[in-house]
Amino acid sequence: MIPAPFDYVAAESTTHALDLLDSLGEDAKLLAGGHSLLPMMKLRLATPAALIDIGRLTELIGIRSDGDELVIGAATPHAAVAGSDLVRADAPLLAHSAAQVGDPQIRHRGTIGGSLAHADPAADLPMALVALGGRVDLLSQDGTRSVAADDFFTGFFETSLEPGELIASVRVPRQPGAAWGYQKFVRRANDWAIVGAAAINGRIALANMGPTPLRARAAEQALADGASPAEAAELAAEGTEPGEDVHADRDYRRHLARVLTRRALENRT
Amino acid sequence: MQVEITVNGQQRSDDVEPRLLLVHYLREVCGLRAANVGCDTTSCGACTVLMKGADEGGTGRGGTSVKSCTVLAVQANGQQVTTAEGLAKKGAGEGGEGLHPVQAAFRQEHGLQCGFCTPGMVMAAVGLLSENPHPTEAEVREGLEGNFCRCTGYHNIVRAVLAAASSGNGAAEVGNAAAGEERAEVGA
Repeated sequence: MIPAPFDYVAAESTTHALDLLDSLGEDAKLLAGGHSLLPMMKLRLATPAALIDIGRLTELIGIRSDGDELVIGAATPHAAVAGSDLVRADAPLLAHSAAQVGDPQIRHRGTIGGSLAHADPAADLPMALVALGGRVDLLSQDGTRSVAADDFFTGFFETSLEPGELIASVRVPRQPGAAWGYQKFVRRANDWAIVGAAAINGRIALANMGPTPLRARAAEQALADGASPAEAAELAAEGTEPGEDVHADRDYRRHLARVLTRRALENRT
Repeated sequence: MQVEITVNGQQRSDDVEPRLLLVHYLREVCGLRAANVGCDTTSCGACTVLMKGADEGGTGRGGTSVKSCTVLAVQANGQQVTTAEGLAKKGAGEGGEGLHPVQAAFRQEHGLQCGFCTPGMVMAAVGLLSENPHPTEAEVREGLEGNFCRCTGYHNIVRAVLAAASSGNGAAEVGNAAAGEERAEVGA
């Protein structure tokens, strides 16, 4: 499968990338690792007129601590996030979720910013970011803004990214020692979650239980009110309207949300 | 667009369409047919090659494993790419001498059946051993989870990778061979 023709520009800096985004308009897409975008282009589900390659901009790659947050450059590959001593110590849930993405080759190329911008509700990193209460730093010609994970995902494969904006970095709170749990149910190795659940510090996020990663707020409230993990997990699917597909109907997804939330809460480490 | 890519140690300059996939560049422009197009959807790993930026150091001596069906040739501009053709020393014989240790181990342990997945499997194994020279069996199995053998010949493949690792020179020679001067003749 071969993508439709497009123009390609390797950006020399984020400033250059923003200039190109402005001049090329909405028919241009940013390319980093390309492991969400290129498969869509090969299937002709995406036919951008131009690609702006930001995948090798060193200013977008790397991991550092900034006060009580970890800051991860948007073009940092999953393998680097998963293998980072800093992330493993201060945000182990994020390291674990990055290690769940695809397979080693995919983790060498795919990037954290790309996965979040793609906003697949079944994917690992969007759910992890919501569970962690992280945020996304966006850059445009007009300056920067920071969007909380809960507000970043707005619909099925949709985010609050505006035209002319790019994800510069991802921020997650440093929580060394905080107990966390991560569960996903897949049909085969490397597959997307039929349903996923991640829990840390009283926050619970679900994957593939709606058009975006979701908070299991009723279950969170029950935990805060002193319910046991098993009792709280019974409420995990409250208010969700998951989609149906060949793998699972709505009731089965709700069942999985309850079971996986219980396992995530009971197996926190 | 003009790209400068070092393929198996040989610097090349080619004019390519931006939409040309790296695997098609390797097969059709460079004439290197080891990397196969299997699933064409980043799943099966038959197209696995090693890729490394000229500016990258680190432990992945020959580079990190990537699925070349999901990389554009233009994304490899300025980088080094190693395919299975670049592993063996020049003039590797039918007796197996001169093969890369991972190739030799696949030969010794019969780590293949039909052979279609083999070049990708070998490259993924070389990448794995450069990151983790002494993997456990579980680490080998997980490290190769991005490569499918539809003959389901996994047992011998895993045995081959463990044999390459325990030979003691798997990791060291991984780097030497991938960056070596003597390598097999490449086509075209």
